[in-house]
Amino acid sequence: MTEVLKLSGLTVRRDHCPVVDDVSLSIRAGECVGLIGPNGAGKTTMMRAALGLLPHEGAASLAQLSEAARAKHCAWLPQAREIAWPVSVETLVRLGRLPHRTSGAEDQKAVTKALAQMGLENFATRTATELSGGEQGRVLIARALAQETPLIMADEPIAGLDPAAQVSTMRMFAEIAKGGRSVLCALHDLGLAARYCQRLILLDQGRIVADGTPSAVLTPKNLAEVFHITAHFEQTSEGPVFQALDVLP
Amino acid sequence: MKLYALLISLVVLLFAGSLVSGTTPVSIGHSFASLFATDGSPMSVVMQQIRLPRAILAVMIGASLGLSGAAMQGYLRNPLAEPGLIGVSAASGLGAVIALQTGLAAAFALALPLMALVAAVIAVALILLMAGSRGQALTLILAGIAISALASALTSLVLNLSPNPFAAAEIVFWMLGSLADRSFSHVALALPFMAVGWLLLSGLGRGLDALTLGEDAAAAMGVRLSRLRLALVIGTAACVGAGTAVAGAIGFVGLVVPHILRPFVGGRPSQLLWASALGGAAMVLAADIAVRIALPDRDLKLGVLMALIGAPLFLHLIYKTRGRL
Repeated sequence: MTEVLKLSGLTVRRDHCPVVDDVSLSIRAGECVGLIGPNGAGKTTMMRAALGLLPHEGAASLAQLSEAARAKHCAWLPQAREIAWPVSVETLVRLGRLPHRTSGAEDQKAVTKALAQMGLENFATRTATELSGGEQGRVLIARALAQETPLIMADEPIAGLDPAAQVSTMRMFAEIAKGGRSVLCALHDLGLAARYCQRLILLDQGRIVADGTPSAVLTPKNLAEVFHITAHFEQTSEGPVFQALDVLP
Repeated sequence: MKLYALLISLVVLLFAGSLVSGTTPVSIGHSFASLFATDGSPMSVVMQQIRLPRAILAVMIGASLGLSGAAMQGYLRNPLAEPGLIGVSAASGLGAVIALQTGLAAAFALALPLMALVAAVIAVALILLMAGSRGQALTLILAGIAISALASALTSLVLNLSPNPFAAAEIVFWMLGSLADRSFSHVALALPFMAVGWLLLSGLGRGLDALTLGEDAAAAMGVRLSRLRLALVIGTAACVGAGTAVAGAIGFVGLVVPHILRPFVGGRPSQLLWASALGGAAMVLAADIAVRIALPDRDLKLGVLMALIGAPLFLHLIYKTRGRL
């Protein structure tokens, strides 16, 4: 399998203190990977450094590409949902085509497909800034999809979405991965992470604590040491079910 | 496309209107005939050397203000941004005031705009030094505010130390902004700078569109933010510095025009650049006709009228869009 992202010894310092500490990982084509960890674990910083948006030590395959090549290789969905101007949903999604400089027909196809994937067909002509927060979140995901890159990196893409939108977004990410592209998304919902990501990477204080299948990562020991919680985790006939139970003293 | 056609015809119409308005009472037909006459008659001199450069300057300055206002709002993602924000117009005004105060302006006709341009260049150098290549939008705004404040303070100081009331009055009148009695040498002086500014700003469309999604997303889509910011600052400074140098401070165009036109281009910053350039040209032409019609013998200043129209218009827009900004 080809690698779409490779980090080796990635370190980001803020005032000499490492906030991402010697992270090495690789993501292969066709993987849907969840990046989990408590607040301040360094998830966002790691992804931004991987893109080359932050000064860093170590090597990141994306950061070594030119700006234009990187934009065709990886779509980045930041956590802050910014829509500065009252543009239509379709115009906003079409911004994802900016790196490509392709023909209008090809762009239109990608935009229509992305809108359909996020269930936004009926929103195309609506003004993006007038939508609800969750709807804006879906529109911005559609923008990243329209970029049609081998890798999508998303920072808490499903935060603030309603349950149906959360499930369908995660299911769509998993399907994209089945189709040969890759997704790396930071998540706080460990239940959805366990169900839809084939692989989880657990980050704590800037370091990778665990990297593997959900059942290998969401162990009672890791949950206690990193998240300070206990949880119920079971493989059922309807897939893995994870439920946080209590906070450890 | 329909919008552009409409704006272009508006500019052409107002340009013609500007050529036929003035204190010399002649028919429209005679005015236009004199424009192309080579007989050296008084009317042909009026048309060719007074009204024509005045109308051309109105287009140049209006387009510059509209374009740089749209670019500035797009970059800062804020509808309240305007080209004066980076302190160049205040600095340029200071340069002009110094030229007036020292008597340089009286000694040599183009000393005033040249001094204004030098001051604008110094302000740009300062702002680039402060905001740097890694600086963010906020650093740019803060540096601009500081430079504006400094330039205004120094302008006040010059006024304060002014030896006689006539000098002070001259300075104050100049600062009000006007296109009266400008010649083709003013056009020739401002045009190269403005052309550079237009070229730099017109290349920003793609990057400004991407910035709709925020700086991080834009950077990840391949937009080089430091280069974009450099082009924006130098382009705006060239446009606004040259404009202030030849006409004094004309406010509100760069703020109001992009705001009015934004809904008509579907909010897209790239489309707004050219629409605002045309809209700005139309607005300044219209206002410059109005100053000649409203009080023909009182030399009403363009900058004053612009603020008088612009501020209530802006209030109206805020009132209409409040809660949706």
